[in-house]
Amino acid sequence: MEYMPNFQLHRPETPEEAIKLLNEQPEAKLVAGGTDMIVNVRRGIEQPKNLIDLSSINQLKEITESNDGLRIGAGVTLNKVATTALIKKGYPAVAEAASSVAGGTHQQYGTLGGNLCLDTRCLFYNQSEWWRQSNDYCMKERGDVCHVAPGGKRCFAAFSGDVAPAMLVYTAEVELLSSRGIRRIPLAEMYQNDGMNHLTLAPDELVSAVHLPRTLNGTPSRYEKVRIRGSIDFPLAGAAVRLKMNCGKVEDISIALTGVNPFPQIIKGTDEYIGKALNDEGLDILRDSVRKQAKPMKTTTVAPWYRRRVIGALARKLIKELAA
Amino acid sequence: MGEKRNKTHLHCTVNGKERDNFVPDNMLLVDYLREDLDLTGTKIGCDGGECGCCTVLIGGAPQHACLRLAATCQELDIETIESLSDASRLSALQRGFHEKLGAQCGFCTPGMIMAAEGLLRQNPNPSEEQIRQGLASNICRCTGYIKIIESVQFAIGELKLAGNAT
Repeated sequence: MEYMPNFQLHRPETPEEAIKLLNEQPEAKLVAGGTDMIVNVRRGIEQPKNLIDLSSINQLKEITESNDGLRIGAGVTLNKVATTALIKKGYPAVAEAASSVAGGTHQQYGTLGGNLCLDTRCLFYNQSEWWRQSNDYCMKERGDVCHVAPGGKRCFAAFSGDVAPAMLVYTAEVELLSSRGIRRIPLAEMYQNDGMNHLTLAPDELVSAVHLPRTLNGTPSRYEKVRIRGSIDFPLAGAAVRLKMNCGKVEDISIALTGVNPFPQIIKGTDEYIGKALNDEGLDILRDSVRKQAKPMKTTTVAPWYRRRVIGALARKLIKELAA
Repeated sequence: MGEKRNKTHLHCTVNGKERDNFVPDNMLLVDYLREDLDLTGTKIGCDGGECGCCTVLIGGAPQHACLRLAATCQELDIETIESLSDASRLSALQRGFHEKLGAQCGFCTPGMIMAAEGLLRQNPNPSEEQIRQGLASNICRCTGYIKIIESVQFAIGELKLAGNAT
């Protein structure tokens, strides 16, 4: 890998300081754990002149319980998300997703906020400088063409964070901090369908925390993903399912996917199943609807048709397990 | 190169010894350990956090030294493979890797041992499944992992015996 490019490192100790730095250096990049960002910097994908390291902001590392739910700071490590009893018990898919990110060592310093804001990934993008240069770069970085869909005008790099879908099925909200103050939006609104620019954050905004609603505390959920290396890898496709049954009938269901689109995606039309029993036929229809809505492209070494098949099967398996 | 690199004053503890150094902002912890402190036991394998050869303990938890900027280790306690042996007596894990042939080419061994060390401090009696999970971030291309797991199990046994003796 290439040697580290030259940059200046800033280490704010409060969120306000970080915002101030971000306003002074609009081109600066934020880094939390750095498990993905540092790799991208070394590959020349990111060439920041200024890097703002958030790891010494203790205020972002708090988990607090309040009347409206659980507030998890963006700087909380994935290991802590995976092992905190409140999250494990109340929002199992979130803990499960955190424990499936990369390997155990990455989870020790990778953070929740970092995983939610993870850059989109693509076979033609996450490569070394000489690899990308030999391939004439790509739309997302220095080039003009998207090698995934050369005729198209947009980038299809896939969002590959594990925690986002698990947060989405719990209708999580994110707290965004900027010099204008704090605003709180549904997590789903933080993403858009554009591989080049998948976050809707303003350039001077910082994700400071995630809120999980109290009303959904304790509803059963699961997260699972398919990957090439079982021990450590980004998802080829991942699914989170939250399902509450009542007397054999669906009371509440929500499905969200990752790895198959430029944004973590909530499956539409699941409300139709509320009040119905889930037999094999119903499960098959849900599976097919997941397959139809997922739009994997050739962004990984594994073919899109396989990822489309597997994401349906995965969602069906999780729903069946939760319904049992 | 040529361009002047920004530097930061780094104050940290490496293997129990207090360190005061000026490090370039873009210096990785693994380069700091290997180049500045000559602690070359920590290896550079993939350079991208995929292989785990550079695993060191930061504040007692295993982390990749190749993905961590040295300047972000301010006031932290870092332990490398060199810290494990006591006056040239091997630690239980090092003995385990020796006795059970957990090292073949040996390149992944420092990372494996540090990851295992981190695991055993958290959980002194892990099951085989937990050992596998604890070492999931580390790749070995020689042993097929069986010998490595046996080495860790050997060390667990040794540590238990030592605990009973005192």
